[in-house]
Amino acid sequence: MTTKSRLSHLQQLEAESIYILREVAAQFERPALLFSGGKDSITLVHLALKAFRPGKFPFPLVHIDTGHNFQEALDFRDELAAKIGEKLIVRYVQDSIDQGKAVEEKGKFPSRNGIQTVTLLDTIAEFKFDACIGGARRDEEKARAKERVFSVRDEFGSWDPKLQRPELWNIYNGKIHVGENVRVFPISNWTELDVWEYIRSENIALPSLYFSHKREIVWRDDLVFPVSKFITLDNTDKVEERTVRFRTVGDMTCTAAVESEANHIDDIIREIQISRTTERGSRLDDKRSEAAMEDRKRGGYF
Amino acid sequence: MDLLRFITAGSVDDGKSTLIGRLLYDSKSVFQDQLDAIERAGQVNGEINLALLTDGLKAEREQGITIDIAYKYFSTPKRKFIIADAPGHVQYTRNMVTGASNSDLAIILIDARKGVIEQTYRHSYIVSLLRIPYVVVCINKMDLVDFSETRFEEIKNQYTEFAKDLGLESIEFIPISALRGDNVVDPSTDMGWWKGNTLLGYLEEVEILSDEKKHQPRFPVQYVIRPQTNEHHDYRGYAGQIRSGSFKKGDQITVLPSGLKSKIKSIDTFAGSIDEAHAPMSVTILLEDDIDISRGDMIVPANEEPSVSQELEADICWMDAKSLLPGNKYLLRQTTGSVKSAVKEISFRIETQTHEKKSADQLSLNEIGRIKIKTAKPIAYDPYAHNRGTGSFVLVDEGTNNTVGAGMLI
Repeated sequence: MTTKSRLSHLQQLEAESIYILREVAAQFERPALLFSGGKDSITLVHLALKAFRPGKFPFPLVHIDTGHNFQEALDFRDELAAKIGEKLIVRYVQDSIDQGKAVEEKGKFPSRNGIQTVTLLDTIAEFKFDACIGGARRDEEKARAKERVFSVRDEFGSWDPKLQRPELWNIYNGKIHVGENVRVFPISNWTELDVWEYIRSENIALPSLYFSHKREIVWRDDLVFPVSKFITLDNTDKVEERTVRFRTVGDMTCTAAVESEANHIDDIIREIQISRTTERGSRLDDKRSEAAMEDRKRGGYF
Repeated sequence: MDLLRFITAGSVDDGKSTLIGRLLYDSKSVFQDQLDAIERAGQVNGEINLALLTDGLKAEREQGITIDIAYKYFSTPKRKFIIADAPGHVQYTRNMVTGASNSDLAIILIDARKGVIEQTYRHSYIVSLLRIPYVVVCINKMDLVDFSETRFEEIKNQYTEFAKDLGLESIEFIPISALRGDNVVDPSTDMGWWKGNTLLGYLEEVEILSDEKKHQPRFPVQYVIRPQTNEHHDYRGYAGQIRSGSFKKGDQITVLPSGLKSKIKSIDTFAGSIDEAHAPMSVTILLEDDIDISRGDMIVPANEEPSVSQELEADICWMDAKSLLPGNKYLLRQTTGSVKSAVKEISFRIETQTHEKKSADQLSLNEIGRIKIKTAKPIAYDPYAHNRGTGSFVLVDEGTNNTVGAGMLI
C-alpha cells in the first residue's frame, strides 16, 4: 500500500464513529440520538446519514428542551429534522417543573442544567430507550476523558467511574439488564478542532449563532453573556452591544459568547487554533466546582 | 495529517502523568483555563503539578494515583495523537490491556535510579502479548542521576537483554526528565552526549504500518441496510468497517462461516459508489447474488480465507473478580459476532514478571493465561499475531453482562 491510500485523521475518526453508530443500531432494541441543534449533535446526525442511508435512521432524534434554549438553535433543529425526514421527539423541562418533579433554581443566574436530568430520565423511561447516543467528546472535560464509548448507567441513570466495563479493541459490549441504559459517545475521540475541520470538509450547515453577529450582552465573571428574558438584570449590570459568536451552545443562562469577527468557517478554525482557552471555559455550568461535570454525570446527566 | 494512538506504561512513581502533562504543556496543547485550574489546585516543589492534567476523577486527585484509563489528545503540525493513559498499579493490569488493545505504539517509562524493575517486565510482556509493534523506552528522571550517559547505557543494555525473547519489532531508547522537560519536546541542554531524537520528534516521525495495511482483506458484516422503499426496493447492503486489506468491485468473495460465494457488485458510501475501499473505512458492500448474510458473518476474498472453527485456543487476560474456571460458560464476542462458549481447559498461567508458564486450575483477576475454548457455532478468525482485528475477542458474563476477559487467538 502506498501512503496515498492512508486515511487522514478525520477520515479515520469518521470511519470509527460510523462503526459505533452501526453497533448501536445492531445491539439495541430502542436507541435514541440526543439532538440539541448544537455543532456536535449536528455532526452526529451527519455521521448517521453516512451510517444508514439509503435506509432510515434506526432511532428517533430526541431533544430535551430546557426552555432556555436559543431560538436559532431550535429553528435549526426543526428544519434539519424535516429536511432529512427523520422523527424528532421533544420533551420539555418546563413540564417536569409543572408536574412538581423538578424544582427551578433560585438566584440571579438560575440554570436548568441540573434539572434537565429529571426530564431526560423520564423521557428514557417513557420510550424505554435502552441506548442514548450523545455528542460528548473526551477532550471537553477531565471527567469525560475517563468515560467509555459505551457507558453503562444504572436504573437511576448514574455513572460509576470505578465500575466501568473494560473496552477492548473495537469490540463494544452493549448488554444490559432491564432498566439500565447505555450512553453512547461516537465522537469520543474527536477534539473541538476535529469537529470544526470536519464541518468544513463536509460542508455541514450550522445555526447562525456560531458565526459573528451583533448582540446585547452583559459581563459576568469576565465572560460575555447574552441578554435574554431568562436572566435577571439589576442596576449593576451594564447592557452593551457587541460583535460576538458562540463557541459552544447550551442554555442561554450558562453559555457565554466570545467577542469575535469570525463569520466564515476558515476564520473560526483559525480562531480556535490560536485560542488559549478551552471550549468549556465559556460554560458557567462547569465552573461551579472542580468536579462539577463528574458530579452531574454521577447524577444521571449526560 | 495522520493519527497515532499510543499508550504510556510505567510503574506508579515513574512519572507517567508528569510525562503526559509535559508533552501536552510543551507542545502548547494546554489551555489557559486548564492551567488556571491546576494552579488553583496547588504546586509541587514550586512547580505547577502537570500530573493534574491527566487525573480526572475526584478519587484520583485525592489519592494522587491514576485509577482508570483516560484518553488525551494533542496535535502538532505533523501528526495528531491519542494517548491512552493507563494506570501503573498491578491491580489495574486489565486497564493497561484495555489501553494497549487500541495502540500502535507504547511508551515504557523507567526510573533512571531504579532501572528495570518488576513492573517494567510486566508492562513489556503485556505490550508484546497485545502485539504493539513499536516500543519507546523512556529512561526518566535523568536529572536525578546527574544526566549520566553510563547509567543510560547500563539500563538500555539491561532492557535489551531481557526483551530479546519478547519479539518486539522495534525498540527505541530516549533519556529524559519529564519534570524538567529534557528531551521530551525540547532537546536537553544537560545531555550534550545525546545525539538522538526527542520523544516528540520520534513520535512525529515514526512510520506506523498498522495491521490494517499488512493483512489479508477482512470485512465483518455489522449491519444490513434494507430501506424497502419504492426507490430502493431491492437494496440489500452489508454495512461494516473493513478490518484489514482492501476490496474491489468485481472481487470474488466467500462469506464465512457459511462458505457461500459471490462477487462484489458495488461498494457504497454516502457520497456515492467507489471502485475500491480499504481498511479502516466504514462502507456498505452489495453482492451480485441474493444470499443469506447477517451480522457476525465475514466477507473475505475467495482465495484468502481465514480459519473457521469451533475449537479455539487463546491467550487471555482475566478482568473479573470472579475467577475463570474450566467448564464456565461465557458469551464470546469476536468482530461483530456473538456466540455462546465454554472454557474447556486452562493450559497454563503466565508469570508476567518472568514469562514463566505455570500450571493453573483457575485464572483470577488480572492474571494472564492460555485456554482452550469451544464455541456453539463455528467462527471465522485469524491468529491474533497475524491480525489484531479478527484475532481478538472478549468474554461476557451473561449473569452480570460484564466484559470479563480479553482474548487473543492462537
